[in-house]
Amino acid sequence: MAKTSISSPKHVEREEFFAPGHRACQGCAEVLAVRLVLKALGKDTIVAMATGCMEIISSPLPITSWRVPWIHNAFENAAAVISGCESGMKALMRKGKIPAKKINFVGMGGDGATADIGMGPLSGALERGHDMIYVCYDNEAYMNTGIQRSSCTPYGASTTTSPAGKKSIGQHTQKKNMVEIAAAHGIPYVATACPSFPFDLMEKVKKASETAGPAYIHILSVCPTGWRINPSEAIKYGRLAVNSCVFPLYEVDHGKYRLTYKPSDKKLIPVSEYLKGQGRFRHLTDSDIETIQAATMKAYERLLRLSEQE
Amino acid sequence: MAKTRKGVEVSIAIAEAVRQADVDVVAAYPITPQTHIVEHLSELVADGELDAEFVPVDSEHSAMSVCCGSAAVGARTFTSTSAQGLALMSEIYFIAAAMRLPMVMALANRSLSSPLSIWNDHSDIMMVRDAGWICIFVENGQETYDNILCAFRMAENPEVMLPVAVNLDGFILTHMIEPILYEDDDLVRSYLPWKPMKNALHPDRPVSMGCFGMPEIYTEAQMNREMGVRNSYPHILDAWEEWGRLTGRHYRPVETYRCEDAEYCIVTMGSYGETAMEVVDMLREEGEKVGVIKIRLWRPFPLEEFRKAALGRKCLIVMDRAITFGGNQGGPVATELRSALYGMDGAPSIVNYVAGLAGRDVSRKDFRNIILEGKAKAAKGEVDGFTLYGLRG
Repeated sequence: MAKTSISSPKHVEREEFFAPGHRACQGCAEVLAVRLVLKALGKDTIVAMATGCMEIISSPLPITSWRVPWIHNAFENAAAVISGCESGMKALMRKGKIPAKKINFVGMGGDGATADIGMGPLSGALERGHDMIYVCYDNEAYMNTGIQRSSCTPYGASTTTSPAGKKSIGQHTQKKNMVEIAAAHGIPYVATACPSFPFDLMEKVKKASETAGPAYIHILSVCPTGWRINPSEAIKYGRLAVNSCVFPLYEVDHGKYRLTYKPSDKKLIPVSEYLKGQGRFRHLTDSDIETIQAATMKAYERLLRLSEQE
Repeated sequence: MAKTRKGVEVSIAIAEAVRQADVDVVAAYPITPQTHIVEHLSELVADGELDAEFVPVDSEHSAMSVCCGSAAVGARTFTSTSAQGLALMSEIYFIAAAMRLPMVMALANRSLSSPLSIWNDHSDIMMVRDAGWICIFVENGQETYDNILCAFRMAENPEVMLPVAVNLDGFILTHMIEPILYEDDDLVRSYLPWKPMKNALHPDRPVSMGCFGMPEIYTEAQMNREMGVRNSYPHILDAWEEWGRLTGRHYRPVETYRCEDAEYCIVTMGSYGETAMEVVDMLREEGEKVGVIKIRLWRPFPLEEFRKAALGRKCLIVMDRAITFGGNQGGPVATELRSALYGMDGAPSIVNYVAGLAGRDVSRKDFRNIILEGKAKAAKGEVDGFTLYGLRG
């Protein structure tokens, strides 16, 4: 296993590739994740981004926050567009039309763009084996259009199209497991990350960049607006998600599972610590929370078993 | 390849043209009747005769998306599709033009479903008429080969920077074996030199493409787009002129056949033109003062050239291969031509026939009927709407 190269702020790239002055909501952890991803990738990067919050807040004509080359085309096709960029550059360099250079080709999209509308193009791009990284910023709903449920919205969350009501718990389906879907393509590198654990996040992005072939990184991106929490608590809720095992940090490196962070006994918390305080979960009963607790630990134990296998 | 004449299927000739153009990326998804084009391209890549990335995508939507990505980094880009494929990629088809991404598409025209049909008509291209692509129609194999090459020169001209669709009738042209005069590889290379694209995506010169437009800027962006298509016109002519100079085969946005003293003309787009010319020859022998006007360039529409060809005639019999459902005024071509001539001195009346839907054969006999019946209708003033020719039951 590669040694951690980013373990303190002094290892972090100082240059900013995502300019301040963008229009993200206060406390947006997704835009923080974008910034950290770019720091890990460096300047030799081309980004294709899906329609969504990050696109809207970063590119209102005639201004842009992007200091790396960036293209937005449509909602569902970021993976296809970046695979086209990669193919084009590969051919141009091979044919000597432009000088050869290592470039990171990075597709980015939210959970809706990735797990719902863009699933086909993403699966196609992963299957074709392009040398690219796809980053999903998962804030667990269609936040840009006003907090509608996506297939990544967790069980029990109330959204504007899965509202909790007298006869509904809110979202009544389980969160789609994009990480396992990506891993099932047999691609060399798949990982989860969260900007509340910035070194772990950047380390994984670097690893993805150094891996030949497709890599997929799924980043839990706390959205204070959509989760109905205080903007000052975004980082805290990312930590709670990880320490309650709701969102484990792990990687699947050439098929090998590894938890990159295991909450110590002291840090491990029940899911109620994560759920309480979030407006989207405030209607849940103790019994609902017990159900979520059981499902969470079952999934985590599976990961523990997988990561212990040689 | 040196200059040779070969009897080949037109689809194969397209693939050979794309090889000669030395494209960098081909992205396509299988759909009849376009498949032979990309099959042959994948063979050329597999055999090392074309050094390109052949991207076998998951859908036509992804095909157009890959083409956008590839064109955005400045790679020479080709795709091909038909009907449902075009419908599926239509979202991105519009974006490709709006983002001024040069690429070439061979559009093997096919009927839109439903009922499902794999055969030819023009309902697919008419669906995306207003997307802002340069849109060319060809009528035989040689024209197809020539115009695929001309299309790269038009698309990549820094003054143009637009995608180009070369429309050829599915099966009627794609699967036809015709003698094709292949030009020498070196001639094609000199006609289509590759140049780095200004503002291509590259880390050395970061640009943002496809930004979000508030109402304050959207209108201006649309006008910019309109001017982009309009201003491509002289450069399209230049590309054809240079090709004509090199090969002796000349193309114009509107072409006429035996129109010098023609009182009435049949107007066609695509492969109809060949049959129409034969029938006009026959009718001329019978003393009919008839000619053919062929619209080769559909977008940007050659308004002045068309008017020049049309004004002063008694009537135009306009052939359409698609219906504008509920439009009540004729097929898309006739509707547009009526508008082009409205209120002008010397404007001919227009009689409109929709025929050949889903590849139903329109023979010389049919053309003869259409021309003579159309002439009679015009004389009686029956010029509204359209006639669906050959409708049974």
